[in-house]
Amino acid sequence: MKDEKKYLGVAVPRPKVGFFELSSCEGCQLQLLNNESTLLDFLDLVKIVNFREAMKESSDAYQIAFVEGSVTRKDEVDRLQKIRHNAELVVALGSCACFGGVNQLKNRFHDLGWVKREVYGDYPIDSQEAQPLSAFIKVDLEIFGCPIKKEEVERIVTNLVLGKEVRHPQYPVCMECKAHENICLFDLGEPCLGPVTRAGCDAWCPSNRLGCWGCRGPAPAANLSELERIVARHDIPLERLLDRLECFGGFSGEAERLRTRLEAAE
Amino acid sequence: MIFKVFAAQELGRLFELLAVNMIVGPVKKGGAADGRVLYDFAPVYDLADLCLDFDQTIHSAKKYLLPYVEETCSFKLEEVGWEKEVDYGGNQPLVLFGLHACDINALNKLDKVLLAQPYPNQFYGAKRAGIFIVGHSCQPTPACFCHAMGTDSVLHGCDLFLTPLGDDYFVEIMSSRAFHILENLNLREPGRDDHRRFQGVVEQRKSLFTAEVDTSDLTKILDMEFDSAVWAQWGDRCLSCGTCAQVCPTCYCYGVEEVVAMDMKGADKFRQLYSCNLLDFAQVAGGHNFRPESRSRLKYRYYHKHRGFVEAFEEALCVGCGRCGTNCLADITVPEVIASVRRGEVDDV
Repeated sequence: MKDEKKYLGVAVPRPKVGFFELSSCEGCQLQLLNNESTLLDFLDLVKIVNFREAMKESSDAYQIAFVEGSVTRKDEVDRLQKIRHNAELVVALGSCACFGGVNQLKNRFHDLGWVKREVYGDYPIDSQEAQPLSAFIKVDLEIFGCPIKKEEVERIVTNLVLGKEVRHPQYPVCMECKAHENICLFDLGEPCLGPVTRAGCDAWCPSNRLGCWGCRGPAPAANLSELERIVARHDIPLERLLDRLECFGGFSGEAERLRTRLEAAE
Repeated sequence: MIFKVFAAQELGRLFELLAVNMIVGPVKKGGAADGRVLYDFAPVYDLADLCLDFDQTIHSAKKYLLPYVEETCSFKLEEVGWEKEVDYGGNQPLVLFGLHACDINALNKLDKVLLAQPYPNQFYGAKRAGIFIVGHSCQPTPACFCHAMGTDSVLHGCDLFLTPLGDDYFVEIMSSRAFHILENLNLREPGRDDHRRFQGVVEQRKSLFTAEVDTSDLTKILDMEFDSAVWAQWGDRCLSCGTCAQVCPTCYCYGVEEVVAMDMKGADKFRQLYSCNLLDFAQVAGGHNFRPESRSRLKYRYYHKHRGFVEAFEEALCVGCGRCGTNCLADITVPEVIASVRRGEVDDV
């Protein structure tokens, strides 16, 4: 492996990168390792110096840090700040890092002490509300998805290395879903966050007849009030919309407002 | 035009003759929760799967000429120099079997934009030349308004057009290749009675239209109503999701992106069908967006189709197939939008 590549005659650096995880299932990192057909090219593109899930050696000399997971403990805040200090560029990898992810579902419980007792009994456990990385440090780039889509990560990392702008799709999942010529989930009587969720997943779930749960967060022009009317017009209870808005944390503001309204209506 | 008649059971023979190439036609895709049968265009290998009595497909047959995502070229970098590879995608002859008049007229409109220009789109042209089209008459749905767009009848753009007359098919022959293929069927000359039956079908179809679009002086009225409050009302409902453009048989706008290979040894250039309703459709270098609000994006969608295109080609860029309205989750339909502009207000939902 050469340390320097060229593209169109221009030298392309091979940055040192580290992969880290906070509270998460480590599934996003696993996604990268799963991509066996292109793994060698990926390893040639960057120099991985820290990746607990994949290698024994570890170093703090990295330029780009990919951080998976949400922050749920005090020691994770310290680790995250150290990573921020070491890296030139911090990338939030996956829904947990971007929005809190599935972990932030626990934030709905008003009494975290009760949650801890229910789950861990008397065992002392340091757990606070799940937060995205951006609650504690400056995040330079977000890679959305639960899990991330490996092809997308490879394209983003290639662009980072080339110094090319990283652009996420501005349109919602419907655009990709229609390109797959799927039957609209609403026609099948199922709620779907596709009309308001940022695309880039290639309509992964709707193409498998599962309505979108919004893991990539809102598209920049998301029209939530219209989606609410659409759900109601399809005789789907708004509670089912709320379930989905709450799931990954990307729609936390919208979910909070809808929950408050539904509770008030009870 | 050459008219012939053949017995309905001859249709299988026509299908077999055409099946030397891939046949794409309307097939049952599934059932909606409310009991509707949902159709789409897909490859057909058995005449029994071909649903010629379909009402409307979810998507148009556009993707066979304008794929949602298409690789326009790939570059391979070598030690010295580079190699470029382009595949126009015209090497797979295709039969589109069962297109309605709206969809054939949609292709005629695309031909005007993409082929009859100083710089024809070779990707579209290569595929268009390799397509044999069998048109088929239709039963209008409540969403259909092709009669208002003048696209309920086909004069060219397909090879032959079928109209079922009871146990017979009335066939309009529009190309020499269709004429030679049909020579293998037992054809007969239509008689006075067949002409009457054909006109009966035309009358019956005409009576089924329920949606209306008043296009009289529409381009001028759109000009006058540029600042109408209705655009904001429709815009507030719009999801900016691009579904209308994806299912539209005449939308052809696209974006281009170059993806560099991870090994830095080449790149692929992709064309992706886009929609004027998407947030960054009118975003330019430096981040400036000419249409940051959904109301202006939605308005310009109507202005392109029913004003700008009419001024350029003397016809609208709309064939009244109704797909955009049927598939719009926010229930934004062409008949209602146009009527609201003329009226100056939007009806309550």
